[in-house]
Amino acid sequence: MCTTCGCGDTELVPVELHEKILAGNDRAARHNREHFLEAGVLALNLMGSPGAGKTAVLEATARAAAPKGWRLGAVSADLATDNDAVRLVKAGIPSHAITTGQACHLDADLVHRSLHGIAWQRTDVFFIENVGNLVCPAIYDLGQAANVVVLSVTEGEDKPLKYPTMFLAADLVVVSKCDLIPHLDFDMAALDDAIARVMPRPRVLKLSARTGQGLDQWVAWIEEQRLAHGLVGKVAGLAAHVHAPKP
Amino acid sequence: MHEYSLVEALITRVEAEVHRRKALKVHGLSVRIGELAGVDAGLFQTAYDTFRAGTVCAEAPLTMRRIPASWSCPSCRAVIPRGAPLRCDACAAPARLDDGGDALTLDGIDLEVP
Ligand SMILES: Nc1nc2c(ncn2[C@@H]2O[C@H](COP(=O)(O)OP(=O)(O)OP(=O)(O)O)[C@@H](O)[C@H]2O)c(=O)[nH]1
Ligand SMILES: [Mg+2]
Ligand SMILES: [Zn+2]
Ligand SMILES: [Zn+2]
Ligand SMILES: [Zn+2]
Ligand SMILES: [Zn+2]
Repeated sequence: MCTTCGCGDTELVPVELHEKILAGNDRAARHNREHFLEAGVLALNLMGSPGAGKTAVLEATARAAAPKGWRLGAVSADLATDNDAVRLVKAGIPSHAITTGQACHLDADLVHRSLHGIAWQRTDVFFIENVGNLVCPAIYDLGQAANVVVLSVTEGEDKPLKYPTMFLAADLVVVSKCDLIPHLDFDMAALDDAIARVMPRPRVLKLSARTGQGLDQWVAWIEEQRLAHGLVGKVAGLAAHVHAPKP
Repeated sequence: MHEYSLVEALITRVEAEVHRRKALKVHGLSVRIGELAGVDAGLFQTAYDTFRAGTVCAEAPLTMRRIPASWSCPSCRAVIPRGAPLRCDACAAPARLDDGGDALTLDGIDLEVP
């Protein structure tokens, strides 16, 4: 009712909100993050273009991290197939496919629902392989401890400048397929320079899943993350994911 | 094209506010989109125009405020030139993104209430 005279006229009110459009996703991500940290699990979100080598890095991780004795697990986003999950299982990483259909990114709810398909509580390092896409996945928090962007040497040194939001979100850039450098006109210094212009704390690892180059540093980085998140020595696997999933 | 899923979240949020305030009509909404929000403003507008038909936002124009990304040094406040490496050499410190550069927010809704 009009407050001036009490007549029955309607009123136009400006409602100030200043709310994140992704507030709902952020809430779900916080929930996932609590799950992971309570259970002592380091969750890593792997992003990158289609074919950048995300699955190959994980396959190689299973071999390279074997001496650590970590229990690994993964969920892998795929538009239509479960190829990546099958590859990871073959490599020794218990995995579950998240078939995203048309969605070009994972969101926190999709990840939460996928957790019901896998014994993620009994892992030490849990990988979330995102949809191959350098744009959308960057803005969806999934509850991960850290974001890893896999960028292959065949994609060109200018990619960070073209997709700054992705690199801004990254905690680590993994330059993959480095075994191919001798066959390419690839300028590593130019890539490092581009990364420094979009990432305030640049952290870059160069590796090849094919030859194993750089995998020791990758495993060391994972260990460093477990330490940084207070997960080393934590008794894991006790927190139960008891409540029912959202429909 | 996550712009569609963003617009879906946006309209759902507006619907909740309309319901809460028993509003009769939405006269407009304003959003803020930072340059580094990972959102294409044109696609966002297209997605909005596609989605709003048949919703409470059907007749509500969208006002978009676009915020350019700028970076500065957190200790000496020096402005990092656009396109330059994101650190302050004088302080040997990583630069910080100024407020709004990655914003993706629903700022307000103009509601007609009884
Ligand atoms: N030479 C070389 N090829 C690689 C390397 N890693 C991956 N590849 C090849 O790159 C292609 C894509 O690798 P994937 O691991 O499937 O890439 P992905 O990022 O998981 O791809 P999507 O999940 O489909 O987006 C495959 O043909 C791999 O054999 C590498 O270190 N060296
Ligand atoms: Mg893959
Ligand atoms: Zn009146
Ligand atoms: Zn839960
Ligand atoms: Zn998308
Ligand atoms: Zn400074």
